[in-house]
Amino acid sequence: MINDIIISAKGLTKKFNDFIAVDHISFDVYKGEIFGFLGANGAGKTTAIRMLCGLSLPSAGKASVAGFDVYKQTENIKKTIGYMSQKFSLYEDLTVKENIRFYGGIYGKSNQFIKEKTGWLLQRLHLENEADKLVGSLPLGWKQKLAFSVAVFHEPRIVFLDEPTGGVDPVTRREFWNLIYEAAESGITIFITTHYMDEAEYCNRVSIMVDGRIDALDSPAALKQQYAVDSMDKVFLHLARTAQRVDS
Amino acid sequence: MNQFFSFVKKEFFHIWRDKRTMFILLGMPVIQIIIFGFALTNEVKNAEIAVLDQSHDAASSLLVNEIKASRYFTIAALLHNPDEIKTTLQENKAKIILVIPSSYGNDLKHLNAAQVQLIADASDPNTATTLINYASAIIQDYQQRINTNIQIPFAIHTQVRMLYNPQQKGAYSFVPGVMAMVLMLVCSMMTAITIVREKETGTMEVMLVSPVRPMKIIIAKAVPYLLLSFINIASILLLSVYVLGVPINGSLVLLLAESILFTITCLSFGLLISSITDSQQTAMFISLTGMFLPTAMLSGFMFPIENMPLALRMLSNVVPSRWFYEIVRSVMIKGSGFEDVWMQTMILLGMTLLLIILAVKKFKIRLE
Repeated sequence: MINDIIISAKGLTKKFNDFIAVDHISFDVYKGEIFGFLGANGAGKTTAIRMLCGLSLPSAGKASVAGFDVYKQTENIKKTIGYMSQKFSLYEDLTVKENIRFYGGIYGKSNQFIKEKTGWLLQRLHLENEADKLVGSLPLGWKQKLAFSVAVFHEPRIVFLDEPTGGVDPVTRREFWNLIYEAAESGITIFITTHYMDEAEYCNRVSIMVDGRIDALDSPAALKQQYAVDSMDKVFLHLARTAQRVDS
Repeated sequence: MNQFFSFVKKEFFHIWRDKRTMFILLGMPVIQIIIFGFALTNEVKNAEIAVLDQSHDAASSLLVNEIKASRYFTIAALLHNPDEIKTTLQENKAKIILVIPSSYGNDLKHLNAAQVQLIADASDPNTATTLINYASAIIQDYQQRINTNIQIPFAIHTQVRMLYNPQQKGAYSFVPGVMAMVLMLVCSMMTAITIVREKETGTMEVMLVSPVRPMKIIIAKAVPYLLLSFINIASILLLSVYVLGVPINGSLVLLLAESILFTITCLSFGLLISSITDSQQTAMFISLTGMFLPTAMLSGFMFPIENMPLALRMLSNVVPSRWFYEIVRSVMIKGSGFEDVWMQTMILLGMTLLLIILAVKKFKIRLE
């Protein structure tokens, strides 16, 4: 199993002056799994993701992503990962095609690659007729699915999804998760944060952050058993109640 | 390269899709040049002048004819009595009066020096100053001509002044000012806004997670605005030369090179603004108060720096557009070469480097 670890954190910490946003978290993520990274608002999820993506330098601890060190090899990390932020990350004043073209371009993909994969992707998302429409004119659900497809367009080894399904209806969320499963099957490791506990059930393993620490980490089934409850919702509430920190 | 090209193309899409802003950016210099060149000009045509000629001889009538021949003045009245001066001005028959003393012809003949007096209605100080300038210019022009006829070699001093702006056209000082303002607006404000917009929408974060180097993002952002600025510089210069009749006396290459330098100054300022703000409104506010107003007020374009109180004079030294304005005025109007504006160029270059260093440093800090 050791060989299959793709993300590894040991005592990873981030301080902002006196405030400890992420407090010595340690975890491993295995290749090809869907790893749920849960926690209430302000628990430190986004800060942790930012460190793993090379956007923010840790204050202490060790971490590696796809074998690259988060202190020294951020450039390599950036080439290996995909990222979808909680804010909608496509350009509304560009068409569907132009957005795909642009993101393919910034990851240095060849025109040939972009052209072929764009066709396949549009077909997959049933967006052939919308290819030349401005993204701003699409419904939110379609935008989210497109944003995810764009995040994995360059075929990264890991994709970080920071609350990707915020504000989306249940049907679209279900479709969104189908895309995630498909990506996971193709070998992409999924690292996802979410507020929806039904989504937590879809993950292979979840970690729950409280006040900057990871208080629980296991498969949803094991966690439910451990806390003797019947849903992830209850597991989460049980842990989140102990939180001292208010929404930051 | 493909990466960089994708970026630049995307920036062009942003500008192209936002047609309204694009037309404002491209149309603004045209409109400003026309407003400043025609409507707001302090140039005066066919102003009424009254003449009190007490000399009544050949020399004085030559001078009067000179005034009459100029297209700036029409002689509204010929006065006969010094008492009429006051009433003429009070009754608004003329805005300016030329008084030729009785000794004028004799003095000129025997002493090679004579005095005339210009009296203007200063209730409108701007017009009065302009009229005084016009009339003095005409008189000096005339004096210079008779000087050369009788070969007295001190006409040089006047000549320098005549060269600057022989017709006292208002557009001469407006063209460099409009250039400074437009470049400031397009480069500083638009660059700042376009970067901050990406921060607001969250696309900047996605960009920073990608393997694109931050410096590349910034340069790609700047390229389209650099191009827009070139179009603006070209339209301003074309309008100046062909519509307003302001000549480019110096080297066009030097003028363009200095404009590029200033464009880069503005871009780096916009970049600095974008790295210290997170909202488009703040970015716009800082650009307006930090750059646009000083450009209008302190560059010497609307108000002469020499007339400012010491504190403002000192402050004007840190306004980049002040130096650019001086450079453009010198090169375009006076026909100066690089040797005359190297100091201003160096100051501008220094400011640009400082802004770039600050902006890059700020940008890096934000990433930590």
